[in-house]
Amino acid sequence: MSASNEAFRTCDVTGFRVHRPAEWLIRVNAVAAVVCVLIGGIYGLLVALTRWPAVHLLDAAWYYRALSGHGLNMLIFWIIFFEVAGLYFGSAVVLNSRIAAPKVGWLAFILMVAGALLVNVSILRGKADVLMTSYPPLKAEPMYYLGVILFAVGALLAVILFFATLVVAKREKTYQGSVPLFTFGLTAAAIIAIFTLAHGAAIYVPTFLWSIGLLPGIDPAIYRTVWWGLGHPSQQINVAAMISIWYLIGTLTVGSKPVNEKVCRGAFLLYILFINLASAHHLLVDPGVSSTWKVWNTSYAMYLAVVASMIHAYTVPAAIELAQRRKGYNKSLFEWLRKAPWGNPAVAGMALSVFVFGFLGGLTGPILGTEQVNIIAHNTYRITGHFHGTVVGGTTLAFMALSYYIVPLIFRRQIAFPKLANLQVWLFGLGVAGLSATMMLAGSYGVPRRHWDIAFSGAPFGVEVNPAAYMWLALMGISAIIAAIGGALYCLIAVVTVFFGKRMDSPKDLTYPVSAPAPDAGTGIAPSL
Amino acid sequence: MSINVERVWWKPVDKGEKIWIIIALMWAIFLFVMMPWWHYYGKQNPSSETYKVSPEKFQELTNRMIEQYKVGEDAGIPVVAPPPGSDVFLLARQFQWTPVLKFKKGETYRLHLSSMDVQHGFSLQPTNMNFMVLPGYDYVLTMTPTETGTFEVVCNEFCGIGHHAMVGKIIVE
Ligand code: HEM
Ligand SMILES: [Cu+2]
Ligand SMILES: [Cu+2]
Repeated sequence: MSASNEAFRTCDVTGFRVHRPAEWLIRVNAVAAVVCVLIGGIYGLLVALTRWPAVHLLDAAWYYRALSGHGLNMLIFWIIFFEVAGLYFGSAVVLNSRIAAPKVGWLAFILMVAGALLVNVSILRGKADVLMTSYPPLKAEPMYYLGVILFAVGALLAVILFFATLVVAKREKTYQGSVPLFTFGLTAAAIIAIFTLAHGAAIYVPTFLWSIGLLPGIDPAIYRTVWWGLGHPSQQINVAAMISIWYLIGTLTVGSKPVNEKVCRGAFLLYILFINLASAHHLLVDPGVSSTWKVWNTSYAMYLAVVASMIHAYTVPAAIELAQRRKGYNKSLFEWLRKAPWGNPAVAGMALSVFVFGFLGGLTGPILGTEQVNIIAHNTYRITGHFHGTVVGGTTLAFMALSYYIVPLIFRRQIAFPKLANLQVWLFGLGVAGLSATMMLAGSYGVPRRHWDIAFSGAPFGVEVNPAAYMWLALMGISAIIAAIGGALYCLIAVVTVFFGKRMDSPKDLTYPVSAPAPDAGTGIAPSL
Repeated sequence: MSINVERVWWKPVDKGEKIWIIIALMWAIFLFVMMPWWHYYGKQNPSSETYKVSPEKFQELTNRMIEQYKVGEDAGIPVVAPPPGSDVFLLARQFQWTPVLKFKKGETYRLHLSSMDVQHGFSLQPTNMNFMVLPGYDYVLTMTPTETGTFEVVCNEFCGIGHHAMVGKIIVE
């Protein structure tokens, strides 16, 4: 049965046959994502201003509540709502297909919204002072765990809907040949999501039962092992989604095509195969896990996933260089880079995302994941600095950059304040780079993460913290303000565009142009310098 | 842009990419080998000596050590100077480390860590060494202080609203 024709419109820019129910699902998930990033951002700023010792804004209880709210709204709700929108876009829209079962999409959405609401209410009521990891025996009220479970079930349904749509598209022959690289990368992300969510169920369901009194207790070491089976690979979902977006932005903005897609696709396969065990690096200084297990998982699993990242680190810029050179930017070594369309926030955002992810987030990850180094880094601010490089400077910024295309194409509106959009990505990118670096520097003096007061008020003994750490924490506060302004501008532009933006009537209304494919020079590498 | 993607898997890999993949792979294999190397030939691994222990039992062991070797009190917390080579117990509970420990430089101790209630983090400052402390698990660190002075044990795993005030002390003479 194929859907009736009114269910589709043809995009005048891309020529995609857009399934309207899919389009609506993308819209609502994207709006929910922006709401979450706004809430999470407010929490983040409050937390950062508390960790700046000279400001020390919130009291202890509200600091931990804001920190829980920040972690969940950002890392879970913002990221996953956006990814779900991306999954529907990458399956239904990019493959010209109908979405397999729109009702399932709506059910997923409702579950996710309900889950996010329960979690937020629970935190604000002060009944879930457990931070996002909720390590037992710290206990939250049942509603909190229920919220997480509902959200996860919704996300699982969305992932299943993505796979179902791939099947429908294949069977109804809405595309020929292999799926595009963007969709392939998302498929890798979705496969990782399935086993990640399975770990989630395996740990949150018993924990929920414990919170309502049906189970006597949860073993803290087993909890940590399984929880990180959720917590770590889920970051690889974000990495896979982010890299897929890098390739897509390259195609949209400069018409790039990877030198050899086989290589990029092979790298995605490595993620699927080898990232799951790397969760060991969260448990390197835990009791209850053997050295053999640690050594095996930090060496075998981690490094094959690292190879995958190294490959993308080559192929992503290579694709762009190649496209630019084929357009004739061949003078000197870096003309291709200088003459990139920097006025386009998607380009600037992507470049910053690649840079911050690669040099601040990515590079530090394998260092921190070394058994011995972990002794001096575990639970210090170095860790927080690392993942603000990966999931904030990398993933979040890539999502923001892509929004400047997705919003006009899907909401059919022109971006409000295009000049501000450019400023937005730079403020956010540089702010987060500063945030990440200063956190790591403070952490190198042993400053703990998740800690309300490094003056240790009320403690039986004083602790002399190196004055340099105070300086880095102050600079962290300033970076946080810059990043927060960038984040706020993103929300402002997104909301004004979606609700009040000028309607788009023809392709020339598109705020940022979609590039024609770069001239194809057949096979082989770039023309000589 | 209608979708018509060529089949991609048969295209030969470009030379530049090949070189890069080989470099990346060699680097990965190098580190892959270094991980066990550092572990077996290095001297600074996290301990993997762990036992199951109930909070009651651990409390009892700690109390017995305090009774035997108590030498004073600091901020209301007993100070204990256990003999070199002995089993030493450091007990974590919301929001206190018990007792204060006095070690001798150059001597080796078996430091047992466990918690009475929730998870805590053992963060020795300013040396900056960090280990997890879990209820139900006895984590044994064999350690030899190499420097004299006063060291603080900061809790660096969130353990409740009073978490920031959880500071203990180790004195090395
Ligand atoms: C304006 C942007 C942001 C600022 C200023 C900011 C700042 C902070 C600060 C100060 C902390 C507290 C660390 C601590 O005290 O232990 C933190 C934690 C965290 N942030 Fe952000 N952040 C931002 C954006 C994000 C985004 C976009 C994400 C995820 C996509 C994110 C994920 C996290 C996570 C997971 C934690 C750890 C929470 C925990 O320890 O339970 N942040 N952030
Ligand atoms: Cu504690
Ligand atoms: Cu604590």
